[in-house]
Amino acid sequence: MEILIYGTINSIALALMALGFALVYGISRIPNFAHGAIYVVAGFITWTFLKVVGLGYFLSALIAILVTGILGALIYRFMLIRVRGMAISEIIASYAIGLAILEGLRWGGFKGMTYTLPVFIAGSVTLGGVPVDIHRLLLIGIGVAVIALLWLFTHYTRIGLALRGMAQDERAALMLGIDSDRMALLATAFGSMLAGLAAIVLLPLGNIVVEAGYNVLILAIAVCIVGGLGSWMGAVLAAFLIGFAQILTVVYLGSHYQMVVALLAIIFTLIMRPSGLFGRQKELEERV
Amino acid sequence: MTTADRRKERLDRGIKVRSDGIYALLSWRELGYLVLPRLVLIAGLLLLPLVVPSLYWQRVISNVCLYALLALSFDFLAHYVGLVSLGGALFIGTGAYIAALLNKNLGLPLILTIPMASVSGAAICTLLLLPCLPLRGVYFAIVSLMYPLAMMRIIEALNIFGGTDGIMGIDSFPNHWVEQYFVLIMVLLFLFGLRRLVNLDIGLVFRGVKDNDQAVRASGMSITYYKAVAVFIASAIGCLAGACLTHIYMFSGISLFALDFSILPIAATVIGGGGTLAGPVIGCFILVPISELLREFGTLRIAFYAIILMAFIVFKSEGLMVYGQRKYHQFERWVKI
Repeated sequence: MEILIYGTINSIALALMALGFALVYGISRIPNFAHGAIYVVAGFITWTFLKVVGLGYFLSALIAILVTGILGALIYRFMLIRVRGMAISEIIASYAIGLAILEGLRWGGFKGMTYTLPVFIAGSVTLGGVPVDIHRLLLIGIGVAVIALLWLFTHYTRIGLALRGMAQDERAALMLGIDSDRMALLATAFGSMLAGLAAIVLLPLGNIVVEAGYNVLILAIAVCIVGGLGSWMGAVLAAFLIGFAQILTVVYLGSHYQMVVALLAIIFTLIMRPSGLFGRQKELEERV
Repeated sequence: MTTADRRKERLDRGIKVRSDGIYALLSWRELGYLVLPRLVLIAGLLLLPLVVPSLYWQRVISNVCLYALLALSFDFLAHYVGLVSLGGALFIGTGAYIAALLNKNLGLPLILTIPMASVSGAAICTLLLLPCLPLRGVYFAIVSLMYPLAMMRIIEALNIFGGTDGIMGIDSFPNHWVEQYFVLIMVLLFLFGLRRLVNLDIGLVFRGVKDNDQAVRASGMSITYYKAVAVFIASAIGCLAGACLTHIYMFSGISLFALDFSILPIAATVIGGGGTLAGPVIGCFILVPISELLREFGTLRIAFYAIILMAFIVFKSEGLMVYGQRKYHQFERWVKI
């Protein structure tokens, strides 16, 4: 029971981390290695508005999500647009942006134990004999809601459909009058906002630390690769796989191995099914 | 006049054409044209330890050389084989740990540990990366980025090889002259060796793997085999750097898998000019001393490389060496369209 509950929570957390990355890659084919940095930035912005400026929690979270969205758009508009299509440069440039942000924050003094966000609702309930914080339950709710909203957004709105069109066939989308660069810009902005949202939901469970940026990036990539890069539903399912695998290793082996699980998952997936568990055939030829 | 009316025309200098294509040099001038840049580099590197002021800066030179070795291995893999490895720290760490263990546990002298660590480290790295070799582009980069991080966690988790404390008390080089000249000569050796290698037959195959691997496969050659050979060469260079590093600092620990060793060589390659092999070495000679000057800013250094890297890759992606070669080999003039 414990494994089931915490496994679900962990899986939803992973899915939240990975959705932004999957969205950006799926649409613009840019692996946004600044994803982890944006995640941490969102945490610090929320903290600043909440503790220093003194706005309400909801308002600071909203500002943080908006700012990360704008940040993502700026990164795309001024940096990534120039290297789009050159796989090596895309990786190096976005990784460099992420590094600059993270190490800049670390230098700026954002380290140590002092940066924590309060949980949304304190207290805990007992579910089937296992005590669970209400915040963790809320996390499941928010995660499911985000996944559902993302699905509705991409299936029933004009922009969402345009984004999916881009993801499926960029040339055909261009012929139908969809502006590829504008859509990629939007995708980067949405992806960053999702990272920001994930940060606000997940960070109250621990401290806001710069290292989280690297960990989130790795986990997001792990989930996306196992699920098949560019496939969002694959990412969600892979999040469950890795999430439960991680909880099982923590229970039976020890928490040091959590990251190792993510890496092994990537390597095994790449050997067994290079296009990911739910990837499409088209990606197979690109990759191998 | 704006660029709409005119454009720059670039033409090879006559002396370049004469000395490059025809293998009969007719004058001292042509010989000098060919030899001078190489000689300046070699003599400059060899004289460098004699002219720097203090012991501290001499240590910096050794550091530069270690990074230069890594940058060479990155450049070779990325621009001649098409494998972008973001995990240079894996090579450094593996080489360092093997050298440290051989020296500490078996008591082997330095002259044996360095070559043994290079070769066996390269074998281990190649075996570790073997499953990922069919991958291309983004996918290989992502996976190679994970390896050093995973090694760090595994050593931490299993508490092997001294765990988080690392291994201390490893033999050092006999004196700092040996140390510097050893690494300097290694850099020169591998720089010219790799330049030679990429023009051999196997080098052509490597470039074929990079440009069109399906064509290589269609010629009946195994892509994975050639990629494995290339990774072996590159990781041998990286492991050599790691082994030297562990003997210079007399220490080996999980910090050797740190990000510094992955990111700085990449930055140096981008600044120096990818695909030139000499460029990354020059890039290291620019970046590492700057980073030493910035030591007091701590981790801001990494942010600083990252910004340089970003600026170069986005706005000036050719790099210094390519720019220099263009100026040296070609002249430019404006022509009316």
